[in-house]
This record gives sequence, C-alpha cells and structure tokens, in this order.
Amino acid sequence: MTASAIWTAYLTIVIREVRRFTRIWAQTLLPPAMTMTLYFIIFGNLIGSRIGEMGGFDYMSYIVPGLIMMSVITNSYANVVSSFFSMKFQRSIEELLVSPVPNWVILAGYVSGGMVRGLGTGVIVTLVSLAFTSLQIHHLGVMVVTLLLTSALFALGGFINAMLATKFDDISIVPTFVLTPLTYLGGVFYSIQLLPEFWQGVSMVNPILYMVNAFRYGILGVSDVNVGVALSMVTMFIVLLAVVALTMLKRGKGIRH
Amino acid sequence: MTYALEIQGLTKTYGSGFEALKGIDLNVAKGDFFALLGPNGAGKSTTLGIVSSLVNKSSGKVRVFGHDIDTDLSAAKLNLGVVPQEFNFNQFEKVFDIVTTQAGYYGIPLRRARESAEKYLRKLGLWDKRDTPARMLSGGMKRRLMIARALVHEPGLLILDEPTAGVDIELRRSMWAFLEEMNRQGTTIILTTHYLEEAEALCRNIAIIDHGRILRHTSKRDLLQQLHLETFVLDISEPLASAPELEGFSTRLSGDGELEVDVEKSQSLNEVFVQLEAKGIRVLSMRTKANRLEELFIRMVAENSEQASEEGSTQKGEARQ
Repeated sequence: MTASAIWTAYLTIVIREVRRFTRIWAQTLLPPAMTMTLYFIIFGNLIGSRIGEMGGFDYMSYIVPGLIMMSVITNSYANVVSSFFSMKFQRSIEELLVSPVPNWVILAGYVSGGMVRGLGTGVIVTLVSLAFTSLQIHHLGVMVVTLLLTSALFALGGFINAMLATKFDDISIVPTFVLTPLTYLGGVFYSIQLLPEFWQGVSMVNPILYMVNAFRYGILGVSDVNVGVALSMVTMFIVLLAVVALTMLKRGKGIRH
Repeated sequence: MTYALEIQGLTKTYGSGFEALKGIDLNVAKGDFFALLGPNGAGKSTTLGIVSSLVNKSSGKVRVFGHDIDTDLSAAKLNLGVVPQEFNFNQFEKVFDIVTTQAGYYGIPLRRARESAEKYLRKLGLWDKRDTPARMLSGGMKRRLMIARALVHEPGLLILDEPTAGVDIELRRSMWAFLEEMNRQGTTIILTTHYLEEAEALCRNIAIIDHGRILRHTSKRDLLQQLHLETFVLDISEPLASAPELEGFSTRLSGDGELEVDVEKSQSLNEVFVQLEAKGIRVLSMRTKANRLEELFIRMVAENSEQASEEGSTQKGEARQ
C-alpha cells in the first residue's frame, strides 16, 4: 500500500470508531458526565467542604485533575476493548483481516479511536468541573503530554484485553477488578503523604498514581512523584504494550485459526 | 501463464490435531469461473480461509495473480475480494457505511469509495436500502451486501463461499446473472456451493475436494463426460401396473407412478421412444432424474470415503502389529 492509501485506511478506522461511540453516546459520553457530576457534588462540595485543604488547595480543586484522569483512563480502555471484542464476536474483524491494512495501522487506528473517546470524555468532565471550581493550568505541556500518553497506554491495554478475550465476561474483569481499584487507590481523592510510610511505599508501585500526579502537576503544580520519572515510565509501558499487541496481531491470536 | 490463484502443497493442521488439508495443489486460470465442491468438512472453507488470510496455513504456497501471500501479502489482498459463508458485518452499521468503510481499508479515498459503493449497491439492488442498518435487511439482501462489499475495490479475483445458501430461487437466478456478468467483464470467480446445479450452470472448471485432498481437478465438460449412465423420468398418459420391459434398457416405476429409464451414453434415446410407441405407451413429458454433476459428485465422494475408511483400517491394523 502507498503512504496515502495507508493514511486513508488509518482515517477509516478512526472515523469508524468515532462514529461508533458517538452513535451510542448515551452509553459512552453521558455516563462519565453524570458520574463525575455526582463525585463533584458529593466528594467535592458536601464532604470536601469539611475536609479543608489538601496539598495546599481546597479539596474540590485537588480532586478535579484526578477525576479527569480517571475518566480518560476508563474511557480509553473501554472504547477499544468493547469495540474490538464486538468486532471479533460479530466476525466483522474479518473485514479488516482480508484487507491489505498493515497490522500497525490496525493497532494505531484502534488506539487513536480509544484516545479520541478518552480525551473527549476528559473534556466533558473538565467542562462539568468548571461549574464547581475555577481551573488554572500550571504547565500546559505536562498536562497535554500526560493526557496523550495515558490515553494511549490504556487504549493499548484495552486492545490486548480484547485480543485475549473469548467471551464478554473477559472484557469486564480487568476494568472491574484491576483498573477501578488501582484508580481509586492512585491518589485521585487524596495525597499519599496522608498515608503511613508502609502504604506510601505500596502506593508507589501503582502505575496510575504516577499518571494522576503528573496530570495534577500540569494543572495545580503539585505532585507526590517526580513528573519526569512518571512520564518516562508511561512511555516505556506504551512501547512494551505496543510490541505485545503487534506480536499478537502478527500471530493472529484469537482472530485467525 | 499467470494464474488468478495458484496453490501448491497446501496443508493445514488445526491446534486440535485435525488435518483439514493434506497437500492441496490447485490452479485457477485468469478469467475462469471455478467451482470448489465437496461435502461438509471436506476442506473447502479452510482452503478459501487460507487464501483470504483468515486461516494460518501449516505449509505450502499460495499466490494470487502471482503475488505470494508469504512475501507479498498486501498485493495479493488488493487483488482479492471475499464473500464468506456467514454474515460478518457489523449489524448496527448502515449499508452504505459498511461498503464505503471496506473501500477505505483498501486505501480508496472517500469520494471514489462512495462512487464505487453506489455502483455496486445499485447493481445488486440495494441502493434504496443504503441508509438502513444491516440488521434490518432480509437474508438475501445481506448476502448481496457482502457481494457489494467484496467488489467495492474491484478485485481481479472474487471468492464466494456458499453465496446462495438460504436464498430463494428467484434471487438465486438474479445473483447467477450478476456473477456471470462480472465474469464476462473479466473478474475471475471461485465459488463453493452445495447446489451442484449452480456449479453446473455457472462454472467452466471444477475441483472436487474431500477429506483434505483434491479428488478431481478438471473442466466441467470432461467431468460430465465420465457419466456413462443417465436416468430419465417419463410422465406417461395412462397409469401402468408394472414397468414395461424395454430391450437394452433398465426400467422401473417410481412411487409417483412415473416411469424411470436408465440410458447409457452409447445408447440412443430414440430407441426408448420407439419401444414405448410399439407397446402403446404415450409419453407426456420427460426430465432427467437428478442433476448430472450431483450424480458424479456423490459417486466420487462415496468412493473416496470407502477408500479413506479402508486406509484407516489398514493403518490401525499396522499400528496393532
């Protein structure tokens, strides 16, 4: 395929993905807005007003970056895992497999589709947060890079999950039993400096803690971890997961007999 | 000579250990209308699955218009359109989107993709349904949608796996006419089918596959010439108590009271009528009992099954020793 044909194929996959999640917007875009509004009201307003400051900021301002990141993580992952597994289930993945689209373009297309949904819901949650607090940006570059890298990483994770899944149960196990606990324990609602030393050490092995704190640094200028280390780790995991996903595609894991 | 499809020594053993293909050799000439026939589980879909990259081969070579799928897969795929046996499109997408998206996967820009999609949706009578979600289509429409999708990038080789399964007779005939037109315009067509009448009506060359081996690979004409015996069913004016004896011919009465006569290739059908006339039996109409190709197919597959079971018994016997 020529470079322009590859570009067309890539755009086709991305547009198809965007068309899919916008067609079912009530299942994909509305729930994060609803859930985050409740978080802002309950944790930010009702409980937050009694908590006082955290990291030098009022509690509402402190949790906004974490909640935005939480929606980016869950939606980037959910988009790819459900879309790709549905294609496997309906066998419409065969449309792609018989076509000359290279594997890396298939992966790039799906990951980009997941990123668009993840970042889109991030924007929605940010807009919702503006109704409760004012938002200042401390470091735009760190904020944007963290968002892009995090959404890419979790879209890749969703892709691998979908390749390995053989039934619908398999695509809900990781989000429910891995992503949700790691996100809640990843410093979205608190600074790990509040924890005893032992649990601070345990928290440091949670990768989501690094992403939440890097993003919080981009907005508020405070972080429990070194931002450079956090972004380097995320980049390293992106490379690792991309290699795993491409190897699986080449072998046809779960998609070719 | 450039073949549309060349297969050499193709084998496939699934993870379960099942040997679906045991070394297949097959050449399909450019412009041919080719049928791959075989009973269920013979290896037809596995063969076509390997050609279309949906199944990984164990060994062997496959070339599409000279492009090796091991070294030049992208070029091979560009020349290939596939219509699978099962519906494999997103049931929630609209007809037009399904076809234009497929064109996009082949790198066709949106404007050209739309033109091509319109052309084939019109030809296949689906243009009025372009904004309908695929799940709302009838079975026949879904099959035609898959044909439009397979043709949107205008491939030189079109592979159809049971394209008319579950389609009513009228629609089947219109699909035959469409495929014949595509073939006349230069598209090489390979189809598998259970309707042997379909293969006899459409195809010029035929391969019969069973137990992962090609039993015959020849022209339809050569294959049909192997039939030495044909059975004719005669509708007669007056009911008969028993089948009349005709010299040189075997006769019997069917359950419906029709007269069946076996005629060998060397015999003249006129002789049957002369003898019936002499006995005062009037014939109102006549038809062949079964599709000729079907007779041959059933015979060949039965012979191969016997041979396969004999081989199996011999191997078991040897293993016990």
